[in-house]
Amino acid sequence: MTMHSNAAPSPAAPILEVSHLGVAYGNDARKVQVVHDVSLAVSPGEALGIVGESGCGKSQTMLAVLRLLPRGGRVSGGAVRFDGRDVLALSARDVRGIRGHGLALISQDALTALNPAMTIGTQMAEPLIHYDGVSGAQARKRCAELLDLVGIPGATSRLGSYPHELSGGMRQRALIAMAISANPKVLIADEPTTALDVTTQAQILQLIDRLRRDLGMALILITHDLGVVAGVTDRVAVMYAGRVVETATTEDLFASPRHPYTKALLDSTARIEGQVSDRLSPIPGLPPDPRSPVSGCAFHPRCSYVRDVCHQDLPQLVDGIAGGEHPVRCFVDPFVTAPARRAGEAAR
Amino acid sequence: MLSFILNRALQIIPVIIGVTIATFLLAQIIPGDPADVLLGSTASEETRQELRTALGLSEPVYIQYGIYLKNLLQGDLGQSFTFAEPVTQVLVSRLFNTSLLAIAAIILASIVGVAAGTWAALKPGSIRDQGLSVVVLFFNSMPSFWLGLVLILIFGLHLRLLPVGGMDDATGSLAGLAAHMVLPTFTLAAWSLAVIARMTRSAILDVINSDYIRTARSRGVSEARIVLRHALPNAMPTVITVIGMQMGFLLSGAVLTETVFSWPGIGLAMYQAISTRDIPLIQGGILVLAIAFVLINFVVDILYAYFNPKIKLA
Repeated sequence: MTMHSNAAPSPAAPILEVSHLGVAYGNDARKVQVVHDVSLAVSPGEALGIVGESGCGKSQTMLAVLRLLPRGGRVSGGAVRFDGRDVLALSARDVRGIRGHGLALISQDALTALNPAMTIGTQMAEPLIHYDGVSGAQARKRCAELLDLVGIPGATSRLGSYPHELSGGMRQRALIAMAISANPKVLIADEPTTALDVTTQAQILQLIDRLRRDLGMALILITHDLGVVAGVTDRVAVMYAGRVVETATTEDLFASPRHPYTKALLDSTARIEGQVSDRLSPIPGLPPDPRSPVSGCAFHPRCSYVRDVCHQDLPQLVDGIAGGEHPVRCFVDPFVTAPARRAGEAAR
Repeated sequence: MLSFILNRALQIIPVIIGVTIATFLLAQIIPGDPADVLLGSTASEETRQELRTALGLSEPVYIQYGIYLKNLLQGDLGQSFTFAEPVTQVLVSRLFNTSLLAIAAIILASIVGVAAGTWAALKPGSIRDQGLSVVVLFFNSMPSFWLGLVLILIFGLHLRLLPVGGMDDATGSLAGLAAHMVLPTFTLAAWSLAVIARMTRSAILDVINSDYIRTARSRGVSEARIVLRHALPNAMPTVITVIGMQMGFLLSGAVLTETVFSWPGIGLAMYQAISTRDIPLIQGGILVLAIAFVLINFVVDILYAYFNPKIKLA
């Protein structure tokens, strides 16, 4: 059997596979579970979006993957496999090898994500010199190339700048250049555009998209904004209250959202097309506090399709209703069932 | 950076003029008549008056200040009554001894304080962290003269390991000097060491959870480099400010420590000057200590700017 390099769509073995991951804070007596049973996978070169409101556990999941959970946080179950290796079982030294080289992270606010007391060049070159053993001059040259690659003008002179001397967009570009400096296989971008103004947002998204294609990286794009994943990612996982509630190709998700939460998210997003009379309908209520978990489906207090079963039982993430690669964690299908109460009506 | 340094240097001048006025006025408001001290209570009123005129004490205050300033610029701080030699000479010969003690103490306090604070901050709430808190509380609550006396009692009298006072042994060797320095240096450093350790701990805790620390970790930077190259430099502005303030306190702490250990420094001379109302020596001593304090702050400001690049813009 011959394999062609572009012989799609036979799904390649995932480069990063998260299975049944749980993240908890605190001790057993006062345990707060912020991520439940999350399974995700990205293949080499693939772009996956993770969408959800603040506090839904999307960032916590990725920090757990990088073994960078803050003090007090721990993985309470599940497994993370990267490139065939069990990340959670690796020694501290081996994890360092994966960080930056295998999995790279771009965080939300480039101003706080860059060390204010170090020049861009020094912090960029640090892992190259001290982990890869590249010489100082070579590292400098490589860093200048990278800054050039991410579109920072006058790259060589910028190496000597401190983060506060760059604009917000430039800082985010510098942060991206730092992330790709060691040729990672998976780029994890955690809300990379949230702190930027709208025009810069589009530029940064295009840059990330271009780099992913040019460098053949897989991308995990974490965002609270469905508009950001459209056009950038191949697949999207929607998270709510620490659980994945729906996974689909980006196209499918926008065309036929199967989970009431996804549908509500889409309804609350402004769109150019459609009639002017279409009103935005916000999702009523607030996401549950992980310290006082909701029984049954976590979305039921805010769901317009809620049924009795949703109050007690937790739906599983199953392919069922739509068929194909579109698993949903819901008892109802908003396409065949009428809402039990009007959208926009507050719960109870 | 150079213009920043020059700018800061210029700001020192009015401060130092203020210090001369303050030291001058200080002598004016201290009760007691130098003539009494010099001549004793049996002297006649005429002799006293003559001496007051000779010392310029009968002139109006602003004239006295003018004379004081003129003499000061010529390096003449007056004559010390107690030591029967010029104040400048008394202070210059002792400045070295005090500096030696103060520098040794601040180096000890800074190195051990920063190391202990960092070490504790890496595991907040651990046994070693709580242990450090206890030690900090102990040293901060202990007056330095009492700590000095206890150390003399233990290491000097009971264990007979270290000399109890003075600066040199009979041979004047370097080893003798070092042995004499151990107890006063530790006594002087203890309080500052505790403060520096406590402040370093909280400064490191402030920065260790920053996003940029996470960025560095996410790029595979080793934990040792995270602490030494990322966390410490960002904690440094706070730590250096504290160390600078402690150097100021060390100068005042030196008075007590030098007295307890009979260390021949400015502090001991000041103690003696105050007991004998040797006003020129008090003035001179305060002036020298105040100028030292100002210069230390100047150096601290420069270091602060060095570790915090944003300061240079201002």
